Amino acid sequence: MITVLILMPLVGAFFVSAAQPNYARRMALEFNAITAILVFMLWKNFDSTAAGLQLVERHAWIPAIGAEYLVGIDGLSLLLVILTSLIFPFAFLAQRMGRGSCVLMLIMQSALYGTFTAQNFILWFLFYEMSLIPAFLLIKIWGGENRDRAATKFFVYTFLGSVAMLLSFLGIYFAKGTFDFATLADLGKHGLLTGNMAWFAFAGIFLGLAVKVPLFPFHTWLPDAYETAPTGVAMVLTGVLSKMGVYGFVRLLLPLFPHEIQVLAPWLLGLAVCTIVFASLAAWAQSDLKRMVAYLSINHLGYCMLGLFAVTARSSSLIDMHAALSGVFMQIFNHGITAAALFYYVGLLEQRRGLRGIDDFGGLMQRTPLLCGWMSVAMFSSLGLPGLNGFIGEFLIFKGSFAVAASFTAVAVIGLLVTAIVFMRMMQALFSGPLAKSCNAFPDLGRNEKWVVVPVTLIMFAIGIAPQFMFNIFNTTVIQMARLFA
Amino acid sequence: MNHWIVANLWLIPAIPLAAALSILCLNSSRGKGAAALAVLGQIVALVMAVIAFVPTLQAPGWRAFHNFTWFTFGEQALRIGWVLDPLAAAMLVMITLVGLCIFVFSVGYMADDKNFTRFFAYLSFFSAAMLGVVIANSLLLLFVCWELVGLASYLLIGFWIDKPSAAAAAKKAFITTRIGDIGFFLGILWLYSGSGTLLFYDNGHGCLENAGLLLLGASATFVALLIFCGAVGKSGQFPLHVWLPDAMEGPTPVSALIHAATMVAAGVFLVARVYPLFSAGAIDGVTPSLTVVVSIGVITAVMAALIALAQFDIKRILAYSTVSQLGLMMVSLGVGGVAAGIMHLIAHGFFKALLFLGAGSVIHGCDHEQDIRKMGGLRWLMPVTFLTYAIGMMNLSGVPFFFSGGWTKEEILQATTHWHVSHLPHYLMLVGVVLTALYMTRQMIYVFFGNKRAASTHAHESPRVMTMPLMMLAGCSIVLSIALTPAWPWLHSYLNGEPAHFHIARLIQPMLFVSLALVAAGIGLGWLIYRNVAETDPVEQAQPALFHFLESKMWLDELYDWTVIGLSKMAARLSDWMDRNVWDGLVRAFAGLGQFFGIFSADFDERGINAGVDEATGGTRGLGRLMSALHSGQIQTYLRAAAVSVLALLILYAWLT
Repeated sequence: MITVLILMPLVGAFFVSAAQPNYARRMALEFNAITAILVFMLWKNFDSTAAGLQLVERHAWIPAIGAEYLVGIDGLSLLLVILTSLIFPFAFLAQRMGRGSCVLMLIMQSALYGTFTAQNFILWFLFYEMSLIPAFLLIKIWGGENRDRAATKFFVYTFLGSVAMLLSFLGIYFAKGTFDFATLADLGKHGLLTGNMAWFAFAGIFLGLAVKVPLFPFHTWLPDAYETAPTGVAMVLTGVLSKMGVYGFVRLLLPLFPHEIQVLAPWLLGLAVCTIVFASLAAWAQSDLKRMVAYLSINHLGYCMLGLFAVTARSSSLIDMHAALSGVFMQIFNHGITAAALFYYVGLLEQRRGLRGIDDFGGLMQRTPLLCGWMSVAMFSSLGLPGLNGFIGEFLIFKGSFAVAASFTAVAVIGLLVTAIVFMRMMQALFSGPLAKSCNAFPDLGRNEKWVVVPVTLIMFAIGIAPQFMFNIFNTTVIQMARLFA
Repeated sequence: MNHWIVANLWLIPAIPLAAALSILCLNSSRGKGAAALAVLGQIVALVMAVIAFVPTLQAPGWRAFHNFTWFTFGEQALRIGWVLDPLAAAMLVMITLVGLCIFVFSVGYMADDKNFTRFFAYLSFFSAAMLGVVIANSLLLLFVCWELVGLASYLLIGFWIDKPSAAAAAKKAFITTRIGDIGFFLGILWLYSGSGTLLFYDNGHGCLENAGLLLLGASATFVALLIFCGAVGKSGQFPLHVWLPDAMEGPTPVSALIHAATMVAAGVFLVARVYPLFSAGAIDGVTPSLTVVVSIGVITAVMAALIALAQFDIKRILAYSTVSQLGLMMVSLGVGGVAAGIMHLIAHGFFKALLFLGAGSVIHGCDHEQDIRKMGGLRWLMPVTFLTYAIGMMNLSGVPFFFSGGWTKEEILQATTHWHVSHLPHYLMLVGVVLTALYMTRQMIYVFFGNKRAASTHAHESPRVMTMPLMMLAGCSIVLSIALTPAWPWLHSYLNGEPAHFHIARLIQPMLFVSLALVAAGIGLGWLIYRNVAETDPVEQAQPALFHFLESKMWLDELYDWTVIGLSKMAARLSDWMDRNVWDGLVRAFAGLGQFFGIFSADFDERGINAGVDEATGGTRGLGRLMSALHSGQIQTYLRAAAVSVLALLILYAWLT
């Protein structure tokens, strides 16, 4: 079933490439409907009370190098698979797309399903890299200003990280003879490697993932790439691709190197706090809306990192671990939804105005009240207003990290304040005041646009008010993982 | 019935919320329907609040709660719930009643606004969030509603969205209160890790009950102070009070509902609700956290009263008066007079809403003029407004007997005398009483007495829909005074959870004379100074420097602009600069290094290896050419070479032998 899910977008890509250009996007959406049904069935068949991997498919592949085809899902994988299937249709709906970009997007989608379900390093790495190339091409070919530079920076930076990671894993393989995640995690409990070898391996994987997330100070590729990427691609980049890094931290680094992370915990927590604070401050200083949202995206991923590093801190109690891990998983999903929505709204504004500077708009509330109203929901969700999705994850992360790293948490909450300032500034500049001349012909939300706006907003409210259905997905996984670190 | 209302207490906020949502779905042309829905929602909420009030009367200190699991993360269930006790019940009734009056008033006041429906949706939403704060039995649920209250306030302050000043004020309010909320949030986290629960009452396991407090131990002080940060922001206490006067940019009913009667009182309510955290480990009723509360309250009360003396905007005077009164309530809580503080909160809710609505009526009658220097002589033109305003003024100034505000203020003064740490707050509060009477007299004279001025020439009384709520609120503030007299301190006993007794002798106390004298002094002084007031202020003429210092709000806004705001903006720009130049600079340097190696190795390839290979091949080719030249294929040449060789060999042979 998982294999079918991974292959379905590829089949779609094949058909789309053969279709007439005018029907490309529609066909891509139809294939997304099929994958959505598949994911829904996956969710139905997933037993949320059972620990461990489910729906496993295992086949021998290249035994000589320890590579096997092994896919399966646990709560975290399922969460990310659901997120992927949610974001992609919205990304396709976000703007007109040619045949080429549709094909590339579908390939990327397939790669993402693979990344989130593969349980063997070689397979995982294959998918991981497979997602990078379409992203690079999408930015490079269909991007905005400075697209060559941004695309190259994005590709080379993340690829260098991947190479470091690959080297580390080769080292691990030569020492331990396996690429299987579960086996490695079991070994990791008692120290996977010893001496300098362990540190080198740790550094390589850490570097690869830190670039991907991104963690301060490895984040500078992100604003450039997001700024220039077309709306739909930016939505996918921030909504799903950025989660690959966090996923990697949870799946690889934390189980494999608990000891190393514990030793480095203060430094890592420091990096997470820097990510949170500096990114939010930098967002305040931006005047380009897309760049601003990009920085806020970094800021929100910083919360995930704070939670993750707090989980592994030595003195963490079980409740705090559960809180931090649940918070991180929640935040992964929430950030995916909210940040993608924000990019979508910025895209709508850009479509109408042709520009996207914060001062290019004014008084929109008088002209497009619906657009402003729905957009503010996403903004408030992003700034962590209780009652919307963002708050739940952030509260749990801070709850988990406060107990073990109170001072780091106390600094990190500055991020919450600055985020609020950024959004208040944005709302003041865009929505209020006299209607700007350049905006007085703006159409309000169209029917097609409502197809994105309404479901996304409903999800935000649903998670914010009654989040239990989300916790049900990953509670067992959280408990199991916490046991691993305890 | 009792059981039913406790289990369904959530309906009280849910009904206005439902009203808000249905109004949002209405077409903007259905103004009447929107107003009807909102008022109806408020009436139902009021009825339910009264139903909820009844069981709390059964026994002194009656308390019931209902807890449930919100969600389960890992193996831990996060529980929230609601509580019904005298504090919650009294607040519920006050909020719904004042809210209803304000809703009705708004129907008249906002009649011409093109966003009439949106206004009522926001108002109902606000009401729902505020009622949620009051019934919360979990600090987390309280925080959730608290933030929603902040959101509603933001939306309502910035309601006239095309006005840049309103948008700026809304932003300022949201951010300033959020600064306090960050502290509050940390307090919640600390409390949660310390006591393991965020429920207030949970059969002995709640964080306000002995077990929870014992777990917290000494950290209760810090938790209390962090929570107090939130109260400072919301209740406009120094140094976060700067947003409240600016919030007057919103429509006047909003100022009455949010920035006088209910939301700003939420901070005081919060401190009262988590009072066990503040008083944990108290010696003689004094803890460090309570001392902080008193100090902040005293500073706020006196400072705001002084500033109110030098304002000309009718609503800003009331705004500063609100700040000052909230400071007074905080002082009362800090010195241990919890009941007195809450009583004042409730009385203040009625009469301050009355004053704001009265001001709204004046503004409405004077064609949206807010400068008191342009009004004057309105007492004959707007008789109902004048009379009700005068009742509000008596309440606020602290005239006892018929006015609830007088009794509660006296009770607070009484409470401050019992504070062991210092008598300074007591004396400063007495000064505050004089100042309050003084600025209210000034305002009354400017607005209602003297000659007509520019804006009052066409002034007219407001329609019935606006004057009725005024009379209603005025009536409430007088009726309430019955339950507040020291002779029969019913509300006091009710809040403290003890039976009320009637003692006529307690009516006459020394403090009564002191406060009467001070109020009389304030009003008399005001009459003396302002009796012949013209367009300029007499104090301004006498003390221009001092007056301007107060008029410009002690330059606190400017001070914040230069320091906190300036520094944070600088930090933002610095982060951006670092990003572009340092962090990205490093990346670029790496890339440059890579490029350099690329170019270098290309060069080495070209000039070193490639050139060497070229050289070698060139030599081979040259040799080849030489050889091929030899192999010319001509027999003559070969024979010549053979002949020459043979000759050479012969010569060699001959020479050797």
